[in-house]
Amino acid sequence: MAQEYKLILKHADESGYTPDIECYLRHGGYEALKKALAIPPKDLPDGKKLTAQEQIREDVKVSGLRGRGGAGFSCGLKWSFVDRKSGKPIYLICNADESEPGTFKDRQIIHKDPHQLIEGMIISCFANDVKLAYIYIRGEMPEGAKLLIKALAEAKAKNFLGNNILGTSYSLEMYVHRGAGAYICGEETGLIESLEGKRPYPRIKPPYFPAVLGLWMCPTIVNNVETLCNVKHIVAMGGAEFAKLGTPNNTGTRIVSLSGHVKRPGYYEIEVGKATLGELINDPQFGGGLRDGRTLKAIIPGGSSSKILKAGEKFKIKKKGPDGKDVQVEIDMLDLPYDFDSLAQAGTMSGSSAIIVMDDSVDIVEALANLSEFYAHESCGQCTPCREGSLWMNKTLHRLTHGEGRKQDAEYLVKIADNIPGGRTICAFGEACSWPVQSFVAKFKDEFVAKGAADEERRGKELHVTEPVRKIEVAAGSKH
Amino acid sequence: MSAAPTTENKPAAPAIEKIKVKVDGHEIDVPRLMPDWSGKLTPTTMIQACEQAKTDVPHYCWHPKLPVAGNCRMCLVEFGTPALGPDRKPVTNPDGTPKIAKSPRPAIACATPISPGMEIYTTTPSVKQMREGVLESLLINHPLDCPICDQAGECKLQEYSIDYGQSASRFVEHKVHKPKAVDLGPRIVFDAERCILCTRCIRFTRDIAGDDKLGIVNRGSYNTIATFPGTPFDNNYTLNTVDICPVGALTSKDFRFQMRVWFLKETKSVCTSCGTGCSALLSSREGKIYRYTPRDNDAVNGSWMCDAGRLNYKWIHLPDRLKEVLVRGQKSTWIVALNEVADKLKNVPVGSLAIVASARQTNEELWLISKLKHKLGAVSDSVPRAGEADKLLVSADKNPNTNGARLTRICFTEVGTNLPQIAAGIQSGQIKTLLVFGEDVTKHGISAELLGKLDTLVVSDILPNATTQLAHYLLPGAAHAEKRGTFTNTKGRVQKFMQAVEAPGDARAEWEFLHDLVYNVTGKNGFLTIEGLFNEMAKDVSAFNGLTWAALGDTGVTVQI
Repeated sequence: MAQEYKLILKHADESGYTPDIECYLRHGGYEALKKALAIPPKDLPDGKKLTAQEQIREDVKVSGLRGRGGAGFSCGLKWSFVDRKSGKPIYLICNADESEPGTFKDRQIIHKDPHQLIEGMIISCFANDVKLAYIYIRGEMPEGAKLLIKALAEAKAKNFLGNNILGTSYSLEMYVHRGAGAYICGEETGLIESLEGKRPYPRIKPPYFPAVLGLWMCPTIVNNVETLCNVKHIVAMGGAEFAKLGTPNNTGTRIVSLSGHVKRPGYYEIEVGKATLGELINDPQFGGGLRDGRTLKAIIPGGSSSKILKAGEKFKIKKKGPDGKDVQVEIDMLDLPYDFDSLAQAGTMSGSSAIIVMDDSVDIVEALANLSEFYAHESCGQCTPCREGSLWMNKTLHRLTHGEGRKQDAEYLVKIADNIPGGRTICAFGEACSWPVQSFVAKFKDEFVAKGAADEERRGKELHVTEPVRKIEVAAGSKH
Repeated sequence: MSAAPTTENKPAAPAIEKIKVKVDGHEIDVPRLMPDWSGKLTPTTMIQACEQAKTDVPHYCWHPKLPVAGNCRMCLVEFGTPALGPDRKPVTNPDGTPKIAKSPRPAIACATPISPGMEIYTTTPSVKQMREGVLESLLINHPLDCPICDQAGECKLQEYSIDYGQSASRFVEHKVHKPKAVDLGPRIVFDAERCILCTRCIRFTRDIAGDDKLGIVNRGSYNTIATFPGTPFDNNYTLNTVDICPVGALTSKDFRFQMRVWFLKETKSVCTSCGTGCSALLSSREGKIYRYTPRDNDAVNGSWMCDAGRLNYKWIHLPDRLKEVLVRGQKSTWIVALNEVADKLKNVPVGSLAIVASARQTNEELWLISKLKHKLGAVSDSVPRAGEADKLLVSADKNPNTNGARLTRICFTEVGTNLPQIAAGIQSGQIKTLLVFGEDVTKHGISAELLGKLDTLVVSDILPNATTQLAHYLLPGAAHAEKRGTFTNTKGRVQKFMQAVEAPGDARAEWEFLHDLVYNVTGKNGFLTIEGLFNEMAKDVSAFNGLTWAALGDTGVTVQI
C-alpha cells in the first residue's frame, strides 16, 4: 500500500512550524552542515587521502540522487563534470525558477522551510569549493524571495554563512536574485544569462556547458531547490541509507504536485517509484479519486511539457522479476510506478513531478490550445524552429478552437511540431512545446479531426466554403 | 635589396596537428585548431571542416568574422564518432574499419568541434528535412516581398529557397506583423518583417565595432531588433550590418531603391579615403557607381569597411568634373598639350622646376613623376592629410598612398616639408615651372599670387579648384574608379585596383599621359600597359623588387616600408 514518505517536507506542514531559523534549529536544523564541516579526511588503501569535500561528493554519487528539476540527471555525475582545475571560481546556483505549469513543489519548501534549502546549498557549496552562490527565484514568487532574503540574513547572523563558517576556514556568500517573469529562465543556461543581466537566451552546448563555462564563463553548478534539499539529507543519513529510499536507480523521495480533476489536489511526498499513477490519483490519502460521476480521460504526468497519457493506455515495460532478471510486462497506464525510468519507458517523463489529471469533461483540443498559448508566449525566440513553430501551433489551435478548423489540422499540427524537437533547437524548450502537440494529437486524433470536420461542415452550410474564412488574430503570446 | 615581400603580414604559425575526419564519405585532414572569428586558435568546427572539404553547409547566423551564435539552425548536420566498446577501445567492423556510432541528435556545424575519426553527414534525408523545416519556419512570417526588396538577388532566403524551399506555403494563419521602414540610424533602415533574427548585426556592432547599440526586444515570434530608446544606431561602421544581413531587413539609405543588384557590375577596387586602403567592391552600372562594399582581405580590413569610406564616391560623378584639356584657358588636345609641356620641360634649367604630386596618386604614377623629377633635377613633394584614427580601420593618414609617395621618393618620411621651400623658390624667382598633380596648392602654402609669378604652371586634377583655374596647361585626370593601378597602404600592403567606369570627356588616367610625357622628355619607353608599367617600377623601386602585377593577386602583397 503506497503511502506518503515525508523527508523534505517532514516538518513543513506541522502546526506551529515557522520559516524562521529558531524554529529550524529547534527541529535539528544545520546539524547536517555541522556534520559535513567536521568530516575528517579519509585514508584510502593506496595511501591517498579523501578530503571532506570529496567524501560528500562521493556520497552524493552513492545516493543515486537524480535532479528534481525535470531532466532527472544524476546529481553526483553533474558535480563530477565541474572543471576544478581551471583556477577560476566555481559558482553554485539554486534554480528556484519553478515555472513548469502544474508544478508547485519548490514553492512549498521556500515558503515553509527556506533554511532547509539554504543548509542543503551550503553543504553543496562546501562539497564543491564554492565561495559564492545564488538563488535564482522566479519573479512571480515575491513572498518566497522575501523569505529567502530574511533567511539568508538569519543564517549569516548565526555564522552558517559568511566568513569562516562555524569557525572553520570555509567562507561562503549567498544572494537571492529575482527573475522578471520568463519561463525560459528555468533553463540553466538561460538562467545564467539572466543572472549576468542579459536577455535569457539559452547558450549553445557545446561549448557553453555550465560545468566548464557557466556564470561569468566560470565553472557553475545549477541545481533544483528540491535536489539541493536532498543533499542535506544525504549528508545527514549517508548516501547508502538514502539510496534505500525509493527504488533502484530512482532513489529518495519526490514531492508530487497533483492538480486537475481530483478530489484532493495538492502536493504529496512519496518514495520514488513506491506509488503508481493510479494510486496517486485515486488513493484517499493522495488525490482521493476523480470528482463524482466523472471518468478519467488523460493524465499529464510530469509537468505540462511531458507527453500526455490516455486513460486505458497499456505499456510494455521492463521490470525486474523475482529472479533478478528483466522481464517485460504489460501494464495499464494507471499501474505505472511513479518514477523516472518507468515513465520514460512509457514514452513520457516524470519531469518536474507534476501530475495534471483530466476527466471526461475536458475538451482535449481546448486543453492543448491552452498549453500551446503558454509555450508560444514563453518561447524566447532565439532559434528558428521553436520561435516560429510555437506560435504557428498556437495559431492553428486558436483557429481550431474558434470555429475556423479544418479536418486536416490534426496532421498539419503534427507536421509543424515534428520540425521542432530532437536537437533542432538550442535548448529543451523545443521539446517542451512540441511534445504536448505530438502526443495530444497522436492519442486523441479523432477529437481533433472531428472538431475540424464540424467547422468545415458548418462553413459549408453557411458560406459554401470549407477553408477558414476569418483570419483570427491571436491575442495570446502578443507583445509584452 | 629589401626584405622579400610576403603575402601575409603575420608570422608563420607553428604547425598544428591534423586530424582525419570524413565529410560525406570523403576523408580529409583538418587542423585540430583553426582561427575563430577573432583570430584565436580554437578547436576546429564542423563547418570549417566542411569548408575545407568544399562541402557547402547552408547557414544564416554564422559568419567567419563574428562570434558564433548558433541560432538559425540552418547548418544542422548529422554526425557519428568512432564507437567505443565497454573497454573504452574503438570497435571495428568485420572489414577492420572503425565502427561509427551515429549520434541520435543532429548538431549545428557552426559550433560543434570535430574529433578524430568523426564522420559528418550533410546530405542525408534527415538533414535535408531539417533544412526544409528551418527554411519553412523562416518564411511563414516573412512578407515575401522580393519584388520590392533591395536584397533580392543577393538574399540568402532566396538562395536557400531554391535548394530547400517549397513552391507553395502550407501556412494558412495570420502572419505576425512587425514594424516596417524603421529609422534605426542616419544610414540604416530596418524592416522587422524581413528580419530572420540571426543577430549578425547585434554581434557585429557589439563585438567588432564596439558600440553595443542593437538588441532584441519582445518575445518569441514577435521578437524584433531595436535600438535603445532615444539612441540612434550611429557609428562609423553601421553599413557593415547591411552587408552581413543575410536578408533584406537592414538596408542602406544611400543604396536603397537605387538599383537592382543583378544589374550591377562588381569591380575589385580599393577604398581611397584613408591610408588603410580597405579592399572594396565597386558596384556600377553603365558608367555609374552605386555603392562600395568591403571585399575580404585579412591583411587589411577583414570583412569590414567604414561608413565614411564607402559613402565617399559621389564626387566621382559630380557634374563639374574636369573633362577638357585646356591650354591657357583654350580647349585643346592631349597631343598638343603634352608636346608643348614636354618641349618646355626639356628646356627648363636645372633647379627651376618644382613638382607637387599627390599621395592620392598611384604608385605607378608617382614613379613616373619621379622619373621626370630625376631627369630634370626638380624639387618635389606631396601634401600631407592628417585626421583622426579609430581602433578598427580608420587611419589618421587621409591619403591612400603616402607610402607610395615615400617609396618613389616624391616626398620625405615627413610629407610636405619641401612645400615651404617650393613657395620660397617661386617667391625668389628661382622656380619658374611648377607641375601640380591632384592638389590645390593654394591651400597648402603656395598662394594664387605666387602661382601668378610662374612662367609655366601645369596642373592635372579631377575637380576644379583655385589651382586649376590658374593653370597654363590643365590636364583632366581620372578617379581611381576610372583607371587601374596600385596603392601602398600605411602598413606597406601593395594592392591593385581595377577600372570600374570610364572617365568623363577627355579625362585620362594620369599614368597614361604621364607615360607619354616621360617618353617625350626622357625618351624612355616600354610600359604602355599597366602590367608592364608596374613590373618596370618593381624592378626600379627597391621596396617593390620582386613584385609583379600578376602576383599581387586580389588582396595584395606586403612590402617593407
